Amino acid sequence: MQPSARNPERTERYIALIMVLGIAGCIGFGWAYWVNAEPWILGATLGAGALLLGFGVTAWGKYLMPRGPFVEERHDLRGTDVERERFAAAVVQRGGGILGRRPVLAGIAGFGMAAFGVVLAFPLIRSLGPLPKKTLTETDWKYGTYLVDSTGRPIHVDDLAVGGIVTVFPKGYQDTEKGQAVDQSVLIRLSTTPVITQPGREKWGPAGYVAYSKLCTHLGCPVGLYEQQLEQLVCPCHQSMFNVNNGAVPNFGPAPRPLPQLPLFVDGRGYVRARSGFNQPVGPGYWERS
Amino acid sequence: MSTTTNENASKGSPASAFGPVGKALNELDDRLGVAKGGRSLLDKIFPDHWSFMLGEIALYSFVILLATGIFLSLFYIPSQEIVVYHGSYAPLRGQHVSAAYASSVDLSFAVRGGLLMRQMHHWACDIFVGAIVVHMARVFFTGAFRKPRELNYSIGLVLLILAIGNGFIGYSLPDDLVSGTGIRIAFSITESIPLVGTYMSFFLFGGNFPGTAIIPRFYTIHVLLIPLIILGLVTAHLFLLVRQKHTQFPGKGRTEKNVVGAPMVPVFAAKATGFLFMVTGVTALLGGLAQINPIWQFGQYNPSKISYAVQPDWYMGFLDGALRIWPSWEWTGFGYTIPMEVFIPAAVLPGIIFGLCFAWPAIEKHYTKDAAMHNLLDRPRDRPKRTAFGAAFLAFLGMLFIASSTDVLANFFHVSLNTVLWAMRVLVVVVPLIVYPLTLKICQELQAVPDAGKRKRSNVVTRTATGEYLATPAAERPGDSHEELDAEPVPDFIDFEGPPADPENPGVRQVNR
Repeated sequence: MQPSARNPERTERYIALIMVLGIAGCIGFGWAYWVNAEPWILGATLGAGALLLGFGVTAWGKYLMPRGPFVEERHDLRGTDVERERFAAAVVQRGGGILGRRPVLAGIAGFGMAAFGVVLAFPLIRSLGPLPKKTLTETDWKYGTYLVDSTGRPIHVDDLAVGGIVTVFPKGYQDTEKGQAVDQSVLIRLSTTPVITQPGREKWGPAGYVAYSKLCTHLGCPVGLYEQQLEQLVCPCHQSMFNVNNGAVPNFGPAPRPLPQLPLFVDGRGYVRARSGFNQPVGPGYWERS
Repeated sequence: MSTTTNENASKGSPASAFGPVGKALNELDDRLGVAKGGRSLLDKIFPDHWSFMLGEIALYSFVILLATGIFLSLFYIPSQEIVVYHGSYAPLRGQHVSAAYASSVDLSFAVRGGLLMRQMHHWACDIFVGAIVVHMARVFFTGAFRKPRELNYSIGLVLLILAIGNGFIGYSLPDDLVSGTGIRIAFSITESIPLVGTYMSFFLFGGNFPGTAIIPRFYTIHVLLIPLIILGLVTAHLFLLVRQKHTQFPGKGRTEKNVVGAPMVPVFAAKATGFLFMVTGVTALLGGLAQINPIWQFGQYNPSKISYAVQPDWYMGFLDGALRIWPSWEWTGFGYTIPMEVFIPAAVLPGIIFGLCFAWPAIEKHYTKDAAMHNLLDRPRDRPKRTAFGAAFLAFLGMLFIASSTDVLANFFHVSLNTVLWAMRVLVVVVPLIVYPLTLKICQELQAVPDAGKRKRSNVVTRTATGEYLATPAAERPGDSHEELDAEPVPDFIDFEGPPADPENPGVRQVNR
């Protein structure tokens, strides 16, 4: 029955002191809250108060309460054999037996419940969102679309110095959700001109400008880092790297595909515009993507 | 029925030797019949071991999560509607932000105590998941999952998965740049599931990413759906714990048929109450002194913007690491695509990890042919293969976790990202393969040393005049001998003090530890 403290009176004094300090902490929190003190003072007072109070109560339990040890019997959870038999008999006979006696009714009831569940789930799931249809494959880029920056200003051929990069959107879509989430692209000015990144793309990179979809083909993060010296686009999420000189073919990391390239032309007034949309869906892979 | 029952009933409320409280309890017993069960509940024995408090930490941090979460929900606005910020955080004034982000910033700065509550909530979540994982490791390594506790083990695993999921959903709610990127990744992972992926992601997000539905939906899931399920499962977890009684380590007087320890009232109640306060205190200290998730520095989420060196909360790290080191193996054919570079590390791998956890009791039963009831725990060293497997498993997860910061590691150690990536690809496989035999060997060696882990008696080393060293056992100090007392049933009346052992000095008691 004895407590485990060797000197209970002394232990009691210590615990009392700790708990009084804890109360002081709690009162301090009340004061700090009242005067709207800094958050760190709120946390320090509340934390110290609760910690010391809790420590005191725990120590009281550990050192000053009867420590036993006490013992309790563990009773078998299982019933007797007879009880088990009777239970099983009731389940099998009343449950299974009733169903087996009227198999047609049982079948109809089971089918009915299943149908009820299925039709209930249908509207629940279907109402949650539209079918994907073409939203995953279409962007707002088409022939002649102006490339604009996030403020909506069209990009002129003189805007970027060699090595410069800017995030571009189709004109009119720079503030829209789809523009920012799907159409977003990066425009980079390289030293070579024109930039021929792949065979068949001879006219896609006029005046040293190349544009790629900014959506990483791994998980759709914006490919927001540009290593100017290496001419690599880097995705900060999982470090996929894309060489902008050869069609953004990934040369490092988990991205499986090149970033789709946006064909460009420079119009008579010197504005950079899209020659067409992307020739493939942008962003990460999915089942229906061919 | 017997006449005595009728007599008692006709007397109305019988008086009690224990005053008004006793009388009130009698009234309660008249109506609900609580006396018998109540007494045995108060006498209920909880075995004493430091490792049994790990689950308690999880429970108490869940309580803190509920309390702070209710506070936050009073100020947070779950809406992606774009508003012009006019709040108290000056750098953001005049900017277009979502109502969710604006309210998250404002509840941090404009609401008194709001930042403390938000940071406590975030810290409590990290502690919650951490405590569950460590608690589960304790259950695993000591064999507490064996019959009859397989069901409770499975409930615990479901709780872990729910906690991880709700943690992810919760830190997405502020709609800041970092968490928004996490939601983008979640969309892409859902999209990667063959056949149904695009439909699932569109149904979850109410359309293509980002849409305007995900924050309100995450809010409902985060504050209503998952907490309710967690609450129900925690109740079931504790009910099964009471019903099956706690396991205990072997020791003097401890058998498969009894429980030795401290009674619910007063000892366990005092320790548990105090511990709840201590966990609250530590969480408050962390919430007040250690900054976590400073969303005002990240800014409003915008799908075309991104931040560098961004890691998710720690419990998502293993997934992020797996996504980083898995090779870019996309499969295409027959007009369809399976993004294996996403689907395998982010969907199949966690399926295997948790599937293995769920299946472990059955796997072990299959190999040991052990179908007996177990209430006494194993020492990990006595089950070398299980311990070695668990250690290798944790090493595997640990390596995946480290792999989630390849970019940070490359910067820190000034090595190329390529080196770090390949190092992690190798280490994820090699480290578990080293850890397994190493742990196995350590366990077997420890088994061979009977007194390993026991307290050692100290020696006094003296140097003689001739330069020899002599070691003589030191005199025994109080507490050196570790003799355990005989356990006894909880008596009706606990004599709190007992007779002083030393009549000369009544304040000081001799104690056999």
